Amino acid sequence: MEWLFNFPFVMKPDLNAIDSAVRGFALWASPVLDGISGGLTALVNGIGWLLAHIPWFLLIGAVFFLGWKSRKSIRSGILYAALLALIGVVGYWSAMITTLAIVIAGVIISLLIGLPVGILLSTSRRLNNLARPVLDTMQTMPVFVYLIPALLFFGLGSPSAVIATVIYAVVPVIRLTSLGIRQVDREVVEAAASFGSTRMQALFKVQIPQALPTIMTGVNQTLMMAMAMVVTCSMIGARGLGVEVLNAVNRIEMGRGVISGASVVILAVILDRVTQGWFGKEEK
Amino acid sequence: MSETLIQVKNLCKLYGLNRSEASAMMRAGSDKNTVYQKTGVTAALWDINLEVRRGEIYVLIGLSGSGKSTLLRCFNRLNRPTSGEVIFEEKALAEMNKQELLEFRRNKISMVFQSFGLMSHRDVLGNVAYGLEVKGISRAEREEKAMKMIEMVGLSGWEHKSCAQLSGGMRQRVGIARALANDAEVLLMDEPFSALDPLVRREMQFELLSLQRKLKKTIIFVTHDIDEAFKLGDTVSIMRDGRIVQTGTPEEMSTNPADDYVREFIGSADKSKVLTVRNIMMTPSCVMRAHDGIDHALREMRANALSSIYVVNDEMQFEGILTVAQAIRAHREQLKTSEVMEREIQTTHDDVLVADIMPVAAETPFPIAVVDSDNRLMGIVTKSSVLTALM
Repeated sequence: MEWLFNFPFVMKPDLNAIDSAVRGFALWASPVLDGISGGLTALVNGIGWLLAHIPWFLLIGAVFFLGWKSRKSIRSGILYAALLALIGVVGYWSAMITTLAIVIAGVIISLLIGLPVGILLSTSRRLNNLARPVLDTMQTMPVFVYLIPALLFFGLGSPSAVIATVIYAVVPVIRLTSLGIRQVDREVVEAAASFGSTRMQALFKVQIPQALPTIMTGVNQTLMMAMAMVVTCSMIGARGLGVEVLNAVNRIEMGRGVISGASVVILAVILDRVTQGWFGKEEK
Repeated sequence: MSETLIQVKNLCKLYGLNRSEASAMMRAGSDKNTVYQKTGVTAALWDINLEVRRGEIYVLIGLSGSGKSTLLRCFNRLNRPTSGEVIFEEKALAEMNKQELLEFRRNKISMVFQSFGLMSHRDVLGNVAYGLEVKGISRAEREEKAMKMIEMVGLSGWEHKSCAQLSGGMRQRVGIARALANDAEVLLMDEPFSALDPLVRREMQFELLSLQRKLKKTIIFVTHDIDEAFKLGDTVSIMRDGRIVQTGTPEEMSTNPADDYVREFIGSADKSKVLTVRNIMMTPSCVMRAHDGIDHALREMRANALSSIYVVNDEMQFEGILTVAQAIRAHREQLKTSEVMEREIQTTHDDVLVADIMPVAAETPFPIAVVDSDNRLMGIVTKSSVLTALM
């Protein structure tokens, strides 16, 4: 009876072959990969340098102002500014700046890739159907798996972190850009065509502006996912708040865990609210 | 008015894979449903032939699914016909290349949509100027032109409002202004007033007619409302299951429906607004000349069992009515016909709408006399003929 409950065919995939193939590729493509790595490092460092040269009170002031304007209430502004100040008070200001730099770099690259891909997918149903399983895989694959190739190709450090972040966070902006453009009212698209718009004119003067609210939702989700990923990326050497969380886990320090975790949450909430309000205004 | 602007020849539009088999079946005379069940192909349009003359309002009418909107979209090639031709001023649409099609859409033809098709991210001005913008006209010039159009449809002062702030009727005015802005010859209108409430709809129909009279556009108008079709249309085509059942003027259609379907369709219309006096008038069975003797008049009336007789002069010009009572009085008192006859008779012309003579017909004790422009008697309209015409 045992055969009923034990799966009869077991074929071990040759894991070593996959490993060595990936390693071989990493070696073979190392000039290109090094170039990308260098570029990403420069980008992250550049953003980090910029952020680090903004005086703390200016950043808090900016968050106050944006929170006030975007949520249309002075209390939200005060709340967000106070929360941001709290991160500084508990001693994580520079870690927060580092994290923010990686998040911003990740989001910029995600948008540079995601928006054009999303637009491209929206133009063809077949392409969209082909891309769907790929996007599903990218989103459901356990995030730690991305860390391995990133590590292999780019080594320890912020370039790997940005790459892993982009793979994980690029999906919503692609999906929602494509969806938004597809969902534009049929008559509006017909109207654009009936007045003799070229495809590009219809796309940029009508379809994309009409899809903007949905696209912006995608951008916001991408930002949130990048934020979540950056913490995970501390495992491959991304510095910042994630490292504190990781250390807390490794050393089983509850206090450190709560404080650094709360800092991540605060940063995420501020980014979310400020950008949401800001995109929301463009919707009308 | 009589010059042909657009010609549609043997146009078919089939949706589905097995199109050749389906068209063979259609040619053999199967109906749309059988073809769909056997082949999975929808024959949205089948063998459409029509001619649109310059400056007319051509109405396509039918129930939903009859193919009228599909046909409308063939005129600017938003839909590509499976076979057949649409010819605009000698030029077949199917043969236009990409650039020619763009130019055609930019300059010759424009469209108004059922749910307006407005771009919510642009204000009224931005919407109206859209057609000019894609043509590459400078901002100043296109906005000036757009402002004129906005003024023409009565939306001055609203140009910087967002479309979401407008009522349904106003949104469709924006749609019409946008379609007029690029000065196209042909306006395609896809049930433009269906989404509006009845009062606004009537107002918009009226304004469309006056705009058309002013601008002399050729309009192809799709509707499912027979009253709207008859009110606006110079020519009307009734569509059913992707075919044209009958084409004609509203009047021809009401007087001479091609089959029961058309009859039933028209049955729902208010006929008094379509039929003219010509359609309901009768030949007077009893006519006399003014200098005929009274005895002759009495004899005529007795022979036809009538109580009155129509009096004309030698040129058949209408003079009045002589009733039996008047004739007897004249006979007794030795008077002439002209001295006793009734001259205060309501007259009308043969091209007047039945709706317009209804109040008169209800009041007058005598039938209404129908005369031509020289006052010659052509026929009569009685109360009962007015009533039967409307049933």
